[in-house]
Amino acid sequence: MSILVNRNTRVICQGITGKVGEFHTRGCLDYGTRMVGGVTPGKGGEKVADLPVFDTVAEAVASTGANATMIFVPPAFAADAILEAVDAGIELVIAITEGIPVLDMARVLPVVHASKSRLIGPNCPGVITPGECKIGIMPGYIHAPGHVGVMSRSGTLTYEAVWQLTQLGHGQSTCVGLGGDPLVGSSFIDLLTLFEADPDTHAILMMGEIGGSAEEEAAEFVKRHVTKPVAAFIAGQTAPPGKRMGHAGAIISGGKGTAEAKLLALRDAGIEIAESPADMGTAMARAIAKRGR
Amino acid sequence: MKIHEYQAKDLLRAAGVPVLAGKVVRSPEEAAAAFTALGTPVCAVKAQIHAGGRGKGMVKGSTQRGVELAKTAVDAARITKALLGNTLVTIQTGTEGQVVRQVFVESGCAIDRELYCAVLVDRRVGSPVLIASTAGGMDIEEVAHNTPELILSEPFDPDRGLAAYQTRVLSAKLGLPTKSWRAAEQFFTSLTRAFLALDASLLEINPLVLTKDGGLVALDAKMTFDDNALFRHKDLAGLRDEAEEDPSETRASAAGLSYVKLNGTIGCLVNGAGLAMSTMDLVKYHGGEPANFLDVGGGADVKQVTEAFRIILSDKNVKAILVNIFGGIMRCTTIANAVIEASKTVGFTVPLVVRLEGTEVEEGKKILASSGTAIITADGLTDAAQKVVAAANAV
Repeated sequence: MSILVNRNTRVICQGITGKVGEFHTRGCLDYGTRMVGGVTPGKGGEKVADLPVFDTVAEAVASTGANATMIFVPPAFAADAILEAVDAGIELVIAITEGIPVLDMARVLPVVHASKSRLIGPNCPGVITPGECKIGIMPGYIHAPGHVGVMSRSGTLTYEAVWQLTQLGHGQSTCVGLGGDPLVGSSFIDLLTLFEADPDTHAILMMGEIGGSAEEEAAEFVKRHVTKPVAAFIAGQTAPPGKRMGHAGAIISGGKGTAEAKLLALRDAGIEIAESPADMGTAMARAIAKRGR
Repeated sequence: MKIHEYQAKDLLRAAGVPVLAGKVVRSPEEAAAAFTALGTPVCAVKAQIHAGGRGKGMVKGSTQRGVELAKTAVDAARITKALLGNTLVTIQTGTEGQVVRQVFVESGCAIDRELYCAVLVDRRVGSPVLIASTAGGMDIEEVAHNTPELILSEPFDPDRGLAAYQTRVLSAKLGLPTKSWRAAEQFFTSLTRAFLALDASLLEINPLVLTKDGGLVALDAKMTFDDNALFRHKDLAGLRDEAEEDPSETRASAAGLSYVKLNGTIGCLVNGAGLAMSTMDLVKYHGGEPANFLDVGGGADVKQVTEAFRIILSDKNVKAILVNIFGGIMRCTTIANAVIEASKTVGFTVPLVVRLEGTEVEEGKKILASSGTAIITADGLTDAAQKVVAAANAV
């Protein structure tokens, strides 16, 4: 078991004929993901990495039975690509694209939420169930199959955390990058719900960052609904207010979204805190050990 | 992207949002002429910088405020002279302040009440919202903190826009006289339309003024745009004022790098925003002070990374550099080659600590080891942080 994706997930890539789309489609194939095709309007009938290319997502679904998509479409067209995937009934839409205008996402999210599709991202590294299915841009080899569910708003910070876990002997059930944009398809709470319900996930590690209030809401949810041990790290504890740190969401403004407020809420929910980014794996191990007593 | 108040008001006027007549000036003579031309008994003379808090802000080395009322043309010229070319320090500029290069002379109006309003995208609701408050002209963050019940919020659909009834709901809650509700509908509707049409990320009117004759007018205007949407607003590019931006931040964005200058001594070069923030945290955790945030991104090449080193080294406060790369898309070999390229073309004048992990890490380490470049290698995050802090302190 795992969440979102497993060895049976059938994946297409929207934007497969682009350089980046093709590169990562091959990466996912190498990892063992069941890539079944790709979509680029006007390139239907071509082949990329031996996979059939379709003009529309609907055609790709009809022909391949795909139930997940990985989107590498350029930012100006990415919102449209998400809508197309949702309309074609794809269950899991993973938008890797960085730089989508925020109002485009404000138009897309109500459509996604009214549908049966789940959106992960945009501006995220993707989703991986180690040893079974990788959909995204993360380096596969740092992961190991196991029982820690990992979720984060940041890409490379997730790699760092996963690597620490793997070195400590803690494999992962599924790792999910939620995305660094202000508006993303899935929240920490959505993922906490899935991880809590997944019998194969025994513990949860989350990496948040300054800005917004998603971490505080997650803490409140953990307090009420999560029985499994949880550990967390908040990036940007030293960031000055008013400066945007790369991610469009990562800004402290009006005294909101500070690391202090987030850490306070997390601690209050009984979540084990990693004080330093070097401590993420060990914080998870501590949380597991405490619960094991 | 940020713009000046006078530019925001031009855009708002064109969108049908009531603003007062005004003129941007670059000399005391122009200010005097503008005062006379505007023909009102009182004008506001306002420093134009990309930071808020100007009214309470003060020019370095004097008692001149960033905004002052002028009753005569001579007054307007005097205030403008005291502002132009001088450094204004406000709550938002930091102690170093910002140089005033332009001044806005704006006609006055008879104020009945001062209100607040803003349009932005609310992450929790997932849609744009119009925020309004009776607590105008004040520090809105303080209001939100101390008296959250005074903050009114109306979410609206990005396609349908703000509904007329929502403006009436707000008008009632703001206690506006019913004879002003039409004016409020016109004001709020055109304001939210402008926000959507321009892909703004923030549109803040503080204060929003109810005039003695029952009209509504935007007395101040702060506008920032979603950088990700600028590709479909080519006409806005001309509004960018690079003189207001940190030169190294401008240079970094031209090279496709995300850089924020800070005040410490340890330069950081990292891939990924989350890891870059965490690396700053790590440096601080071990007693150092980061000199910058720098995310080279996922797909940077040797040329971009070399430019990143140049930008870090152009900061004279930097006493040591920490390179922290977790290769995913980014290959460790790219970073290694860039380190060597930078040592040849830029020359490292400060100690360099390198921590590599991820894609092609062994090859990257080999390249560095055989290059003869003076590098302190580190294994793991803690080791890297301790070494770079020690190196910076030893200088």
